[in-house]
Amino acid sequence: MPGSPQRLPSAPVSVSSIGNRSSVARYIVKRLLWTVVTLVVITAVAYFLFRVLPSGDPVRARAGKAPTQERLDAIRESLGLDNPWYQQLGDFLWNAAHFDFGRSYISGAELRPLMLDALGATAWLVVGAAIVWLGAAAVVGTISALRRGTLPDRVAMGGALVAISAPVYWLGLVALYLFAKDIGQFGIFPGAGAYQDATTVLDKAGAMILPWLVLAAAFSAVYARLLRSSLLETMQEDYIRTARAKGLTERRVIFRHATRSAVTPLVTALGVDVGLLIGGNAILTESVFNIPGLGRLSFDAIQRGDVATIQATVLFLAFFVCISSLIVDLLYALIDPRVKYE
Amino acid sequence: MVALAFIVLVILIAIFAPVIVKVMGLDDPNFQNDEALNDFGSPNGPSSAHPFGVDDRGRDVLARVLYGARVSMLVAVIATAVTMIVGTVLGLIAGFYRGKVDAVLSRFTELTLAFPTILLGIGLSVACADACLGGAIKPGLTVVVLVISLTSWPYVARLVRGQVLSLREKEFVDAARSLGASDRRIIFREILPNLTAPLIVYATVLIPQNILAEAALSFLGVGVNPSTPSWGAMISDAISIFDTAWWFMVFPGVALLLAVLAFNIVGDGLQDAINPRTGRTGK
Repeated sequence: MPGSPQRLPSAPVSVSSIGNRSSVARYIVKRLLWTVVTLVVITAVAYFLFRVLPSGDPVRARAGKAPTQERLDAIRESLGLDNPWYQQLGDFLWNAAHFDFGRSYISGAELRPLMLDALGATAWLVVGAAIVWLGAAAVVGTISALRRGTLPDRVAMGGALVAISAPVYWLGLVALYLFAKDIGQFGIFPGAGAYQDATTVLDKAGAMILPWLVLAAAFSAVYARLLRSSLLETMQEDYIRTARAKGLTERRVIFRHATRSAVTPLVTALGVDVGLLIGGNAILTESVFNIPGLGRLSFDAIQRGDVATIQATVLFLAFFVCISSLIVDLLYALIDPRVKYE
Repeated sequence: MVALAFIVLVILIAIFAPVIVKVMGLDDPNFQNDEALNDFGSPNGPSSAHPFGVDDRGRDVLARVLYGARVSMLVAVIATAVTMIVGTVLGLIAGFYRGKVDAVLSRFTELTLAFPTILLGIGLSVACADACLGGAIKPGLTVVVLVISLTSWPYVARLVRGQVLSLREKEFVDAARSLGASDRRIIFREILPNLTAPLIVYATVLIPQNILAEAALSFLGVGVNPSTPSWGAMISDAISIFDTAWWFMVFPGVALLLAVLAFNIVGDGLQDAINPRTGRTGK
C-alpha cells in the first residue's frame, strides 16, 4: 500500500529438487524470461486501462482552443494515434526495448531525460531513507532482543507500533510544521521545495534530511520488529548453545553467529521495499516535500491524461519492482544455502 | 483492552456521528460558517463553539473528524471483507487443484503484485471519476474499495495457497474423499475451517492497512467524494494553510493515527495469542 511498509509476510521460496550449478543457471534464465513477459503484460494492461477508460483525448489537449478537423487529424497522425492499437503497443514496446520512451503528449518533451531526472530524485530519497532505517533498526532491534522484556524493550516496541500506525504524509506535515526553516516552530532543517532549489550535493542532502527521517520512520519500526523477533528465534538454536559452550564471548556469539542468520528476512524485506518505493510508492513523501520524483511524474501524468507519459512510467516502475524481486530471490539463495531452485 | 475499547468507541462514533454532532451542538460537517472565519477570511482556532477549530471554509473540524470515522470504518470493513473473500477462494482453488489451475492462478498473482499498485489506484480513480464501464463502477467509495481489494488480494491468495498445499495431504482429507465427499465439500467444509486462525490474523493486519490506504488515496485527491468528510482528504485540504491553522491538520491526523494504532495493538495481541512462539510482547 502507498508509502507504508508491506507488513504481510511473503511466501517462502519454494524448496524442491536438488540444486546444482546448471539448475541455478536455468532458474535465472527462467526468471528473466518471466520478467520480460510480466513487463509486456503490464504495459498492455496499462495501455488498455488508460486508453479505453475515459481520461481525456490527448489530441484535443494538444490542439488548443477550437481546433479545425484538419489540425486534429494532423496531430493524431504525428502522435501515431491513427494506427491500430496493436501497432501502437508494438511500436511502444519496440522503442522501449531501445531505451526510447517517446515524448509526452502534453508538453512534447522527450520522456527519457525526464524520467531519468525523476529517477535520480526518487533514488536519492529512497536510498538515503533505507540507510537511515537500516541503521535505526539494527540498533533498536538488537538492543530490544538482547534486553527482552525490560523497560527499554517495551518502550521501543511501543514506539515502533506508533510509528507503523502514523500516515507518512501526515508525519511529513508535522515535521515541516515543527522543523522547517521557513514555516517551522523550531526552524532547523530546510523545508518543502528545498530539493528543487538545491544546486550542490551538500544542499541536496540537507534538503533531504526531513524527507529521509519521515520516510524512514515506519520502515525503521517494521525492520526493528523483524530483527528483534528473528534474533530471538535464532538465539534459541542449538548452534548458538554450541558456540557458547565453546567458551566464545557473548559478543562474538551474538555478532558473528546469531546476527548473520537473523538478517536473512531483513534482506528479503529490504529488496521488496526498495523496489516498491522506487516503483511509485514514495509518491506520498514526494508530494508532501515537493520532490520531483517518479511518483510525482506519473501522478501528474495521470491527472493530465498524458497517456504517453503514463505508459512509459508504468513500464519503468514495473521494471524496478520486477528486478528487485529477482535480486531478492538470488540474494536469498546466496545467504541461505538451504534454498534450492525449482 | 484499552485498544479494544477505543475500536468500539470509533465504531460507535461512526454509527452515531449525526446524533453526537447534534447533542454536542456542533455545526453540520458541511455547513460553511462564515462567522467562524476571522476578518481576513482565515479560519479561527479551537474555541468553545468549535473545540477543534474550523477549516478554511468555516466548517467545524470536530464534526468533520467525527464524520470521518464513517468512511474509515466503512472502507476498512468492506475492503477487508472483499480482499479476504477473493484471496481465500482463489488461494483455495490454486492450492487444492494444483497443476495447471495453480500455475495460471499463481502467474496471475505474481503479475498483480508487479503492477505498480498506487498507479493502478490513481489511474482507476481518475478514469472512473464520472463512472466507468457503463456506470457499473461509480466514483467514490466503490472505486476506493475496488482499488484496495485489487491490490491486496494476492497476499491473501498466496498465504492460503501455501497452507492448502500442505492441508490437502492430511488424513482427514483422504477420509472425507473416501466417504465420497465432493471437491467443493472438501474445500469449503474440511479445509477452510482449518484456515480460520491464520485468516483472522491476516484480517486484523489488513484492517489498519486498509484504513491507511483509504486515507492515502483521499489525501492524493482520488479517494471518496470531496464533500464526504474523510481524514485523509482533510489532511490534504490542510496543506495550503497548515503553517498557520495547525488544528486543521493535527486533529484528523491524530484521529487516523489512534484508530490505526488501536487496530494494530489488537492485531498484535491476537497474533501472540494464536502463535505464542513469536514472543512479540516479551512476556
